[in-house]
Amino acid sequence: MTTLAAQLRPDGTGRAPGRPRRRIRWSTPIVAFIALLLVGVMLAPVAYIIIGGFRTNSEITQDPSGLPRVWQFSNYLEVLASDVFWREVGNSVIAAVATTVLVVVLGLMASFGLSRYRFRGRGAIYTLFTAGLMFPITVAITPLYILVRSLGLMNSLAGVIIPQVAFALPMTIVILVPFLQAIPAELQEAAEIDGCGRLGFFWRMVLPLSKPGVITVGILAFIASWNSYMLPLFILNDDASFTLPLGVQAFSSQYSVDTAKVLAFVSLSMLPALIFFSIFERRIVGGLTGAVKG
Amino acid sequence: MAGRDPLPATRRRRGIGWPVRLELVILIAPALIVFLAFVIFPVAMAAYYGFFSWSGYGAATDFVGLRNYVTIFTDPAFHDALWHNAVIAVLSLAIQGPVALGLALLLGRKMRGQSLIRVLIFVPYVIAEVVVGIGWSLMLQSDGAVNGLLERIGLGALATDWLANPSVAIWSLMAILTWKYVGFAVILFLAGLQGIPEELSEAAAIDGASFWQIQRHIVFPLLGPTIRIWGFLSIIGSLQLFDLVYIIWGQYVASTAGTSTMATYMVVSGRNAGSYGYGNAVAVVIFVISLVVALLYQRFVLRRDTEGALTGGKRR
Repeated sequence: MTTLAAQLRPDGTGRAPGRPRRRIRWSTPIVAFIALLLVGVMLAPVAYIIIGGFRTNSEITQDPSGLPRVWQFSNYLEVLASDVFWREVGNSVIAAVATTVLVVVLGLMASFGLSRYRFRGRGAIYTLFTAGLMFPITVAITPLYILVRSLGLMNSLAGVIIPQVAFALPMTIVILVPFLQAIPAELQEAAEIDGCGRLGFFWRMVLPLSKPGVITVGILAFIASWNSYMLPLFILNDDASFTLPLGVQAFSSQYSVDTAKVLAFVSLSMLPALIFFSIFERRIVGGLTGAVKG
Repeated sequence: MAGRDPLPATRRRRGIGWPVRLELVILIAPALIVFLAFVIFPVAMAAYYGFFSWSGYGAATDFVGLRNYVTIFTDPAFHDALWHNAVIAVLSLAIQGPVALGLALLLGRKMRGQSLIRVLIFVPYVIAEVVVGIGWSLMLQSDGAVNGLLERIGLGALATDWLANPSVAIWSLMAILTWKYVGFAVILFLAGLQGIPEELSEAAAIDGASFWQIQRHIVFPLLGPTIRIWGFLSIIGSLQLFDLVYIIWGQYVASTAGTSTMATYMVVSGRNAGSYGYGNAVAVVIFVISLVVALLYQRFVLRRDTEGALTGGKRR
């Protein structure tokens, strides 16, 4: 991760400041064409889902790749009027927000301890966390399910949140430790001279200075939780506890003949992640150049 | 980051007192406990339960030794799954790598709308696997939008059942994987390109090097570390692939369509069949295979780039 961490600049954007871009001369039309083609390919499936929600089922059956003759809003309105959809949105929001907050708080505390204190076992603990990058949830899912069940957390969001936090911690710590280490020792000395203890230093200096890193790990944790499928699939068996990914799947098999409504449901469920992404795009793109999920 | 020590020099000489230890415990213990309890402990338990025939309820008492492992390695369904994982890993590298590299070189240039394009190619990466899976399976089914589009442009003869036809299904999966994850590779490569000093290419251009010579002899070698890290992540991701396959092909058809992976095999033959001991044994096998691949990759490919950071080997 050393190389990756080095690429993650403290401003969280992963961009070298003020670097001049290459000029382009002869190839502009070709480049523009390829770029447009690329955008088309990337967006076509998304457009298919969103536009499909505005069509009727008979239209989709007759001409699966066409545009709506008349734009139907009924599919979207029906989904928006359903309690099931909003309950699942609520569950997803609770899971994602709780995961994000816990990951940031626990990760920041541990990273502070690991980066600004010197003690025996520091390297071992750090190595243990980085080794956690090698344990994807796929491998641990069966025993994790048994563990969560024996803790009585089946069908509860806590049973999803806590493991998600645990599995997000290695990446969080790997991103945050270099951030905190990059804060110059002189700042800490100056703070100490001014009568600021180490925890005071943490609150007054470290928190503001590490904000870009915190935002990056927070966004990564939020999106991972919002999209998370395997863990909820094991833990949440009761409809009432479903998060959106499970809800989307249940809805699509329940209404498999009503394709248009499925498409409306699917596009509404991806909307929050897309909005969230477009707001924080720079942070995410920057953060992912430093931190990564395979 | 091993280089400089950000701590005040005086810290070192003093031993640490109890108040500081307490601070440390308060800071590190919560994260460490959660991590040990929900990451390390379950993985260890998988290794333990893998030796039992166990339905998941009550204590595991039916010790079967290595029988689960023997079954795994003699089950043709697992061989298929392992083979599919290998094919997916290799094809992901072979397809996404060059495509992403080309796109990164293209997008690294100055042009209008560049930042918008960067965002747009990243959109599929942010969309949930469930959404991707359902959207694509609707488009790729035999009366779906892809076949409709082919007919519309006069290529109706190419239409097929993209998901069920065993000779095509794995390529459909590769197309979806490429679509979903290529943006991620592009972003990584773009970040890597930005780390290459502009002066090098300029100097080479002044010395008369052509565009391709510059790419070949300056840009690609300097991008090496980024490409190798991406390769590592891509391989590990391919070996753990679950969500998309399980969502699109469900529990049963994945094996007949030729897209099953080790992880879908694990869930189908473990949890869904009620054989938790067996499922845990499969998890151990997946983990060991991933670990061996990761260590080999690190030993022979990443050696130059990292100090064993990904597995924590030589760090400290």
